[in-house]
Amino acid sequence: MMPLKFRLAYRNLFHDRLRFIATIVGIIFSIVLVTVQMGLYVGFRRMVTTMIDHSSADLWIMPAGTKCFEDPSLLDDRQRFRALAVEGVADAAPLVIGYAQWRLPSGTTTPVFVVGSELRGSGLRPWNLAGGRIDDLTVPGAVAIDQSYFERLGVSGIGDSAEIRDQKVQVMAVTKGIRSFTTTPYVFAGVDRARSYTGMAANKVSYFLVRVAPGSDVGRVRRQLRDGLPDVEILTAAEFRSRSRSFWLFGTGAGAALFAGALLGFIVGTVIVAQTLYSSTKDHLSEFATLRAIGSSGAYIYLVIILQALLSAVIGFCGAVAISSVVVGMTADSALPIVMTPTMALALFLLTGVMCVASAIAAIVQVMRIDPTTVLAR
Amino acid sequence: MSQPVVDAVDVVKFLGRGAGRVQALKGVSLSLRGGELVLLMGPSGSGKTTLLSILGCLMTPTSGMVRVRGRPVADLDPEGLARIRRDHIGFIFQSYHLFPTLTAEDNVRLALDVRGERAQRKAARDVLGMVGLAHKTRAFPGELSGGEQQRVAIARAIVGKAPAILADEPTGALDAQNGQAIMSLLAGIARDQSRGVLVVTHDPRILPFASRIVHIDDGRIVGEETGSEAKKVSMS
Ligand SMILES: Nc1ncnc2c1ncn2[C@@H]1O[C@H](COP(=O)(O)OP(=O)(O)OP(=O)(O)O)[C@@H](O)[C@H]1O
Ligand SMILES: [Mg+2]
Repeated sequence: MMPLKFRLAYRNLFHDRLRFIATIVGIIFSIVLVTVQMGLYVGFRRMVTTMIDHSSADLWIMPAGTKCFEDPSLLDDRQRFRALAVEGVADAAPLVIGYAQWRLPSGTTTPVFVVGSELRGSGLRPWNLAGGRIDDLTVPGAVAIDQSYFERLGVSGIGDSAEIRDQKVQVMAVTKGIRSFTTTPYVFAGVDRARSYTGMAANKVSYFLVRVAPGSDVGRVRRQLRDGLPDVEILTAAEFRSRSRSFWLFGTGAGAALFAGALLGFIVGTVIVAQTLYSSTKDHLSEFATLRAIGSSGAYIYLVIILQALLSAVIGFCGAVAISSVVVGMTADSALPIVMTPTMALALFLLTGVMCVASAIAAIVQVMRIDPTTVLAR
Repeated sequence: MSQPVVDAVDVVKFLGRGAGRVQALKGVSLSLRGGELVLLMGPSGSGKTTLLSILGCLMTPTSGMVRVRGRPVADLDPEGLARIRRDHIGFIFQSYHLFPTLTAEDNVRLALDVRGERAQRKAARDVLGMVGLAHKTRAFPGELSGGEQQRVAIARAIVGKAPAILADEPTGALDAQNGQAIMSLLAGIARDQSRGVLVVTHDPRILPFASRIVHIDDGRIVGEETGSEAKKVSMS
């Protein structure tokens, strides 16, 4: 049997259909707005570390002051041997990155981001292959690109060719879902070719990807690497991830903008719910006065109002989830997908609840001042 | 004689403010004892509702004292007064104040719900049966006649078995037969020596049920008769 308080709450709520619908629409929009902003934030957070996530390196050697993976930076190739000389270092694979111009068969050019890596060891190789094999990339001029960029790069599949810096490149492997949030397509190639595509000197590299020998202590290896290699920074994958994240999310202001959007959504939602709850309470004030007159405690009345708020929250949240999942589905294959995780959904649900209960405050303050003698009037 | 369930001593009450300020009660003392059905009679505007509200702890007097079962209530905050109303008072309002969105049964249950009582449904149905509305438990106030609404309000006031029932014109909207039934119901409550009933009325048909009749005029008690005298008056 439904508790009477609950019945009273939902009858109060449904009594004015139009206002109820307006409230729910308000909650839905505000929660969808918050979801999109938070989902973009989480999606962006994931995107900016894709390359680091897909490398098996324990340690990244980079020039001091490198801000993020995409930060063009140069190391001396000779340092590789010093690194390999350190006890416990199983591999130190060079990685070359940089922007280059891709010339389509039609003659137009488009910028690409070249990732040049060894195809063995701890190198950063393309993943999620949808066509071709990693070994096919050993052929001179072989590159791997993502199928989502076919049109942009003027190719239609394996075997098609184009040019980078007047050198012929041929698509030998195709990946699925390796997209960049910068929208510049990634082009995977071997280290030497990548140098010439990006115009990097032959004795330079961007990173060394270090794999620590089994049984060796990563911290100790790092200390020894530091002693042997001046002027470089050595970060664990986790450290590099968080550095990249903080650069993209906060160094650029993108994260702050997304947070501000979410906060705005939250405030707008709170104001909408507060206003409707307040006016609903105003309409039912004489009933609340009657409750008070027949001896109801303040807590009982507040509970009815909070139940109204929570009921709106639950209904609004369900609507918001429905709309958000459509939005999430639509952006799943885009450059910057809106991500929704179970934790996020739970957090959003709690947020909706908090929003609605916070909005009940104005209504409760109003009822707190209620005078039971108003039942005598009329 | 049993102790008063509620009593007022030298109660003065000003209502309104500014130019509209009125002295509705000008020093009234009245007690309602267990086992009594007291009628409060007087012309319109004489202060009946005001006195009832003060006895029912809905209003606090400007001066004077109100006691519920011998305990002064002057020092109670609004929450404390609500508790007194919840535990000791059953109030029948002049205008019924039912909840339009709840059925008759739920309206009655509400009085038990605010007291945190269980088994509300059966109690509510029983009391609705007592006021002759067994067939209307699922009706909403909007679907009920004025008299039926009044009886739902009465059911709500008595369902909690409060020791003091304060009724403001409870038979105003009722026909002779229903008025009679309600009054004998209230008289039945007053036969319990721990409970008292105070009824504001203009209705002379009620006189035979009264154990005492108090006359009020212009904010003052102007006379009092016992039930037997009243019966003589009504018969003559
Ligand atoms: N809120 C108020 N402000 C100012 N004056 C008021 C207020 N309520 C009542 N009064 C005045 O107080 C006096 C007593 O009112 P009360 O309602 O107690 O009369 P009553 O005996 O119940 O009348 P009735 O039989 O018409 O219900 C009246 O003169 C009324 O005009
Ligand atoms: Mg009155």
